[in-house]
Amino acid sequence: MLHIFCPHCGELRSEEEFHASGQAHIPRPLDPGACTDAEWGDYMFFRDNPRGLHHELWNHVAGCRQFFNATRNTVTYEILETYLIGTQPQFTEQAAPLTTTATREQGEKV
Amino acid sequence: MQRYSGFGLFKHSLSHHENWQKMWRTPTPKKVYDVIIVGGGGHGLATAYYLAKEHGITNVAVVEKGWLGGGNTARNTTIVRSNYLWDESAHLYEHAMKLWEGLSQDLNYNVMFSQRGVYNLCHTLQDMRDSERRVSANRLNGVDGELLNGKQVADEIPYLDCSKNTRYPIIGATVQRRGGVARHDAVAWGFARAADALGVDLIQQTEVLGFRKENGVCIGVETSKGFIGAKRVGVVTAGNSGHMARQAGFRLPIESHPLQALVSEPIKPIIDSVIMSNAVHGYISQSDKGDLVIGAGIDGYNGYGQRGSYPVIEHTIQAIVEMFPVLSRVRMNRQWGGIVDTTPDACPIISKTPVPNLFFNCGWGTGGFKATPGSGNVFAASLAKGEMHPLAAPFSIDRFHTGALIDEHGAAAVAH
Repeated sequence: MLHIFCPHCGELRSEEEFHASGQAHIPRPLDPGACTDAEWGDYMFFRDNPRGLHHELWNHVAGCRQFFNATRNTVTYEILETYLIGTQPQFTEQAAPLTTTATREQGEKV
Repeated sequence: MQRYSGFGLFKHSLSHHENWQKMWRTPTPKKVYDVIIVGGGGHGLATAYYLAKEHGITNVAVVEKGWLGGGNTARNTTIVRSNYLWDESAHLYEHAMKLWEGLSQDLNYNVMFSQRGVYNLCHTLQDMRDSERRVSANRLNGVDGELLNGKQVADEIPYLDCSKNTRYPIIGATVQRRGGVARHDAVAWGFARAADALGVDLIQQTEVLGFRKENGVCIGVETSKGFIGAKRVGVVTAGNSGHMARQAGFRLPIESHPLQALVSEPIKPIIDSVIMSNAVHGYISQSDKGDLVIGAGIDGYNGYGQRGSYPVIEHTIQAIVEMFPVLSRVRMNRQWGGIVDTTPDACPIISKTPVPNLFFNCGWGTGGFKATPGSGNVFAASLAKGEMHPLAAPFSIDRFHTGALIDEHGAAAVAH
C-alpha cells in the first residue's frame, strides 16, 4: 500500500484516496488547430514510460480533490517527493529526457 | 528432437523416466543471425517457431534476460477467446484461435488447450445491447458467439448468483463456446522446444542493453554478453517495450502497469467454464488442479514492480464474491503481478519503427496470452518479408498519428 503525502492537505494518506493520472509536465500546444498530425499524436498518446524515476500527476479524489505532482520510482514504487503544480521536481533522472518531435509553440510547462 | 508419444512414455517408464532428452539446447551465441527476437516469452518464442517453420529462416536467436516464459506468459489467467468487436482485432484474434485449435499436434506438446466456453455477463440493459451488437459483429466475422438470457445463464452456470436481489443483477450473457483456457507454461515450453528442434538458438540469462545502428539502420543488439549482429531485430518485450524503445531512441504510446492475478487453494470442481464480468470487474476459471484462477483490473499507476497493490486485490475478491457468494470462504493461496503494456486504444502494436530493420510487437496490454500463436505467426511473416502481414498492418504505430485507432475499450470484456 502506497502512502502519499498530499501537499494540499499536508497529510500522509492511503493510496486508495488517490487517482493516478499519468505523466506530468506535458504542455498542451497553444494552438491545437495548427498542429500537424504527428505533433498532436505525440501530445495525445506518446509517453516516456520510464523504468526508474517518473514525474506523474495525481489527484486526491477522496480528499481535497486537487491535483499535484509526484516523483516516484516505477520499480521500487518509492515516492521521493510530492510537489505543487507549477513547481519543478527536486529529483530528476540523470539521463536527459527524449525530445518529442513536437516543435510547435507550447503552453507553459506545468 | 525426440517426439513425444504414448509409446515413448511407456518406453521411458521402463528406465524410471530418468533418460528424457533435454527440451532445448543451451547454445553459445553466434556472431550474426538473420533475425534476433528480443524477449523469450510466449509471443517471442512463437515468432521464432513460425519463422523457422513457415518461412525457412532458421538462423534465428531468441535473447531473453531471465528464463523462457518467465514474464507475463507465467503471470496471466490463461484465458483464450476471439470475440472482439472490431473487424481488425476479430480477424487477428480469430487467426490465433484457429492456430490454438491445432497447436498441441503442431508442436507435439500438450498445451492443454481446453475449449470450455467463455461467458461475458451482462448486468444492465446497455450491457445487453452492447453484447448483442458484439455477438452479431462476431458472427459476421466468422467468430462463434451466442447471446443468452438470464434463465439460460442460470441453467448453464449453477453456482452463479442470478437472483434478483443482487446489487448488479445478471440479466444475460454472451458465450463463445470455442473459447477457453490453455496451460500457459506449456505454451512457452512447447514453442521453445519446437523452435529449438528447427535450429533456433534460445539464449537465456542475456539481457539486451541497447541497439547498434549504422547510418540509422539497426544492425544488431548490445547484450550483457557482448554484441550480436542481426539483419532484422524483432522486439517482443511486453511491459518493458517502452524501456526498449527508449534504448532505440524513440517513444511508444504505451504505459506499463502492474496487472495482478490470484489463485485459491485447490477445491473440488465447481466452475467448468470461464466467467467474466465487466460491471463487477472480475473474471474466474478453475484449473485442472482445482485452484480458482482469478483476475481483475490493472493498478492505476505506472509500474515495473511485478507486484500488485492491496486495494486491487480487495476489489477483485469483492467482484468474485458478488458473482459467486458460495466462494466467500475460499482462501487465496498466491497472488502475483505482471507488467502489461497498455496502449490508448487497448489494441497491440505490431509495427515497423522509426529505425529501419527494427520491428516491435508490443502493446498487447491485459490480453496478450490468447493471441500468442497468432501474434507470433503474423510477426514472423512480417520479419521474414520486411513488410507487415495483412492482419498486422492495421496495428501499425502510425495509427496514433493518423487517428485510425481500433478502439476496443470496453468492447470485449473486463480485460480491457
